[in-house]
Amino acid sequence: MSVAPMPSPRAAPIPKPDGILVVDDIVKRFPTPDGVITAVDHVSFAVRPGEFLSVIGPSGCGKSTLFNIIGGLVTGFDGSVTVAGERIDGPHASVGMVFQEESTFPWRTVIENVAFPLEIAGMPKTQRLEKAMHFIALVGLNGFENRHPVELSGGMRQRVSLARTLASEPKILLMDEPFAALDEQTRLLLGDKVLQIQQTLKQTTLLITHNITEAVQLSDRILVMTYRPGRTKRVVEIDLPRPRSSEIVGSDAFGHYVAQVWADLREEATRGLDEAESRAREKK
Amino acid sequence: MTSLALSRVRFLPFALGLGTFLAAALIVEILIRAGLINRFIVPMPSQIVASFERVIVEEHMFERFVMTFKECLAAAALLAIFGISIGAAMHRFELLRRATETWVAAMASAPTVLMYPLFLVIFGRSATTIVMMGFVAGLPAVILKTIEGLSSTRRVLLNVGRSFKLTPLQMFLKIQLPSALPTIFTGFKLGLIFALINVVGVEFLINFGGLGQLINDLAERYDLPGTYAAICFVILVSVIFFIVIEWIERWLTRTD
Repeated sequence: MSVAPMPSPRAAPIPKPDGILVVDDIVKRFPTPDGVITAVDHVSFAVRPGEFLSVIGPSGCGKSTLFNIIGGLVTGFDGSVTVAGERIDGPHASVGMVFQEESTFPWRTVIENVAFPLEIAGMPKTQRLEKAMHFIALVGLNGFENRHPVELSGGMRQRVSLARTLASEPKILLMDEPFAALDEQTRLLLGDKVLQIQQTLKQTTLLITHNITEAVQLSDRILVMTYRPGRTKRVVEIDLPRPRSSEIVGSDAFGHYVAQVWADLREEATRGLDEAESRAREKK
Repeated sequence: MTSLALSRVRFLPFALGLGTFLAAALIVEILIRAGLINRFIVPMPSQIVASFERVIVEEHMFERFVMTFKECLAAAALLAIFGISIGAAMHRFELLRRATETWVAAMASAPTVLMYPLFLVIFGRSATTIVMMGFVAGLPAVILKTIEGLSSTRRVLLNVGRSFKLTPLQMFLKIQLPSALPTIFTGFKLGLIFALINVVGVEFLINFGGLGQLINDLAERYDLPGTYAAICFVILVSVIFFIVIEWIERWLTRTD
């Protein structure tokens, strides 16, 4: 596969709030027995229509908190989140969420799972099953529509969750490490599937991840976060050609981006590790 | 594996269970005939089998069987309606749960059958007393297991529901209840065991109704083979109930 000449890694400027999703100056604190912890500290970014943005950071940087804030599952924070100009202050139809944990409904078949948001929306049965089949085909699960999740592999189940969220036709697809529990090969192949879907639907996507390869493979931009408190450290533009596939991981340009993001992340991950170790020592 | 081999594997547990039962009956028969077990206390299995026809024809077994079955069915329906509803309400309202859960748990281990005089006063010597005693005995198990099932719904499934903006009722009906069904059925089956024991027990105690009354009559006549034959029919009621409940459970919670 041919790739563009190796670009020089550069930090992209944090865009002004002109995207379809605008996260503006978010601060989230949690009370703990040891005092108040600031999980997310003055984080701002915007996602342009059709863009794929990844948020990457070490464990404890507030990625999942950010995911829950944007999805409307966490309230009581400073700052604002707007989708297409509309402020989010709870779960919102414009934002579709795919969770890290396995989240299919085990008592429903694949097609019933995917049709779930359409059923909630009151769509007639024939119509919703037809539409669900479209999204099942999109994630490559044709032939499995009448199976139950227990009969599927972990990767297939995550694709069911993805199809279910896509069936609700959200303006923003929000994913929290959806392939974290899968092996590396499956993760790369599912990355291909996500790229295909992204290409087909022009779906604006925000991916929360700690996997650098995954972030570089899929993203137009990567927002690197600092270890606690979670702040924006840098935004890296990924200038790799589209359409992409997992073959791109062998290219020099890909390796260069991975090295660049790791250079930013390493310092934060080391800090996180050091703090975890010192906490463990204190407990002793 | 060939289909013949498969069918052998499928019927092997049943055959083994039946074989074990018959072997146990045979051992008892031999021990009684050898005089090692007193035949005036324990009748021979062959005598019990021989008494089936007499009990069925002379003691109106079919009518009694149907009566006990109906009483159990009524108690089961009450358990399903009120047990699950009360459990759901206690799960929904934290204050109610904290105020009453310990009492319900204590009631689960209480010998409620001893309350039958109170029920006789309230409902009279009637099938209603028997049904209500069965219902009360099975209620705590259904309530507690309903609470446990609803409480153990995985957080991520609730978050999926929240992300799709489900109303509280939709959240309950579409996510919490189906997720809790396997645990609720465990409670329901437990409740049914207590209900069945109490239904037959109270029939026996107040000498009214179906199989319990028949067992009382036969025991007072010292017709031990007939008494044990009647007990076999009580077991049959239990078996039919559990087959039906398991069939309903499989249908409601089918996942493969």
